[in-house]
Amino acid sequence: MSLLAFCEWLAATEGSIALHESMYMYPIVESTHVLALMLFVGFATLLDLRLLGLTLKRVPVSQVAERLLPWTIAGFVVMVVTGVLLFYAIPIRTYQSIFFRAKVIFLILAGLNVWLFHSRIFTRIAEWDHDIITPRAARRAGLASLVLWGAIIVAGRMIAYNWFDCDIQPQPAFVNWAAGCVVPTVTP
Amino acid sequence: MLLPFFEWCETLWLGQFVVGSNWLFPVIESVHLLALALLGGAVFVVDFRMLGLGLKDRGVAELANDVRPWMLAGLCVMVLTGVPLFLSEPIKCYYSTAFWVKMTTLPIALVFTLTLRARMAQAAPVRGTARRQQLVGALSIALWFTVAAAGRWIGFS
Repeated sequence: MSLLAFCEWLAATEGSIALHESMYMYPIVESTHVLALMLFVGFATLLDLRLLGLTLKRVPVSQVAERLLPWTIAGFVVMVVTGVLLFYAIPIRTYQSIFFRAKVIFLILAGLNVWLFHSRIFTRIAEWDHDIITPRAARRAGLASLVLWGAIIVAGRMIAYNWFDCDIQPQPAFVNWAAGCVVPTVTP
Repeated sequence: MLLPFFEWCETLWLGQFVVGSNWLFPVIESVHLLALALLGGAVFVVDFRMLGLGLKDRGVAELANDVRPWMLAGLCVMVLTGVPLFLSEPIKCYYSTAFWVKMTTLPIALVFTLTLRARMAQAAPVRGTARRQQLVGALSIALWFTVAAAGRWIGFS
C-alpha cells in the first residue's frame, strides 16, 4: 500500500472524520500543540542560547541540559501526540503539503542534530562544562538547532495555507513533484 | 461602543498593507510564533524554578536576571508582530470572544510579569517566600498559557 493510499484509508476512518468535523476537539488539539511548543522549543532554545554563550553564562551546560531535559521531553511528547492527531484529522491534504514535507525533513535533520550532539559532543562535556564560549562543534549544534526548530515552526504554520494544494491547479511542475500531486495529464 | 475604534483601525495603512499581500499575514504570524517559543522558554524557566523544578541548583534571582533580555526581546517581537496581525482584521477580532479573552489576560499577564513576578524573583529566600514564589510561578504559567491559547483561538472563529 502506498503512503497516499494509506492516507486515503486513514481519512475514511471514523476517528479522522470525527476529529476533522469536531467543533472543539480540533482547536483544542491545535492549541495544545502551540502550548507544548512554548515549553519544548522554549527550553530547547535556552540550551541552544547557552551553547552559544548568550544566556545563563554562569550555569554549567550540563546543568541546563540535564535539569531541563525531562520537561523538554515532556513537551516533545505532547507535540508529537497532538501533531499526529492533527495529521490524523486531515491526512491526505497534509501528506500532499509541501510545507508538511519540508517540516518532516527539518524534523529529521533536527533529530540528527540532537543525536550528533549527545553522542559526539555532550560526551566530552566535562572538558568545557563551565565555558561561556563552548567548543565550535557545540556552538554549531546550538545554532543548527535554533535554525532547524525555527524552520519547523514556520513550515508547520504554513501547512494551514493552501497556495500549493494539489487541488489548486495549475501548479509549477516542481510543486506537483514535491507535493506528490496526482495530476491528470491533459491531452490537447 | 468600541466598534467605531475598530472600524477606524481597519482603515489604517499598515493593516491594509498586510491584507493586500498573500504572504505577509502568514509570515508575520510565523515570526509571532517564533517569538512565542522564545518567550515561553524565558518565562517558564523562571516559573519552573519558582515551583522548585528545572534549574533548581540556581537561585531564582540569578535565572530571572539571566533570561530577562530574552524575555523582553520575545515580548517586543510578539507585540510588534501582533499589532499588524490585529490591524489586518480588526472587525473579525471585535466579534471574536477569543480576542477579548486575550486582550483581558494579556495586560494582566504583562503587568503581573513586569511587577509582582519580577519583584518576587528578587525576593530574599527567607521563610515564607518559597510558598509565595510557588504561587507566582504557577499563576504566571497559567496566565501565559491562557494568553497563548486565546491567541491561537482567534484564528478559529
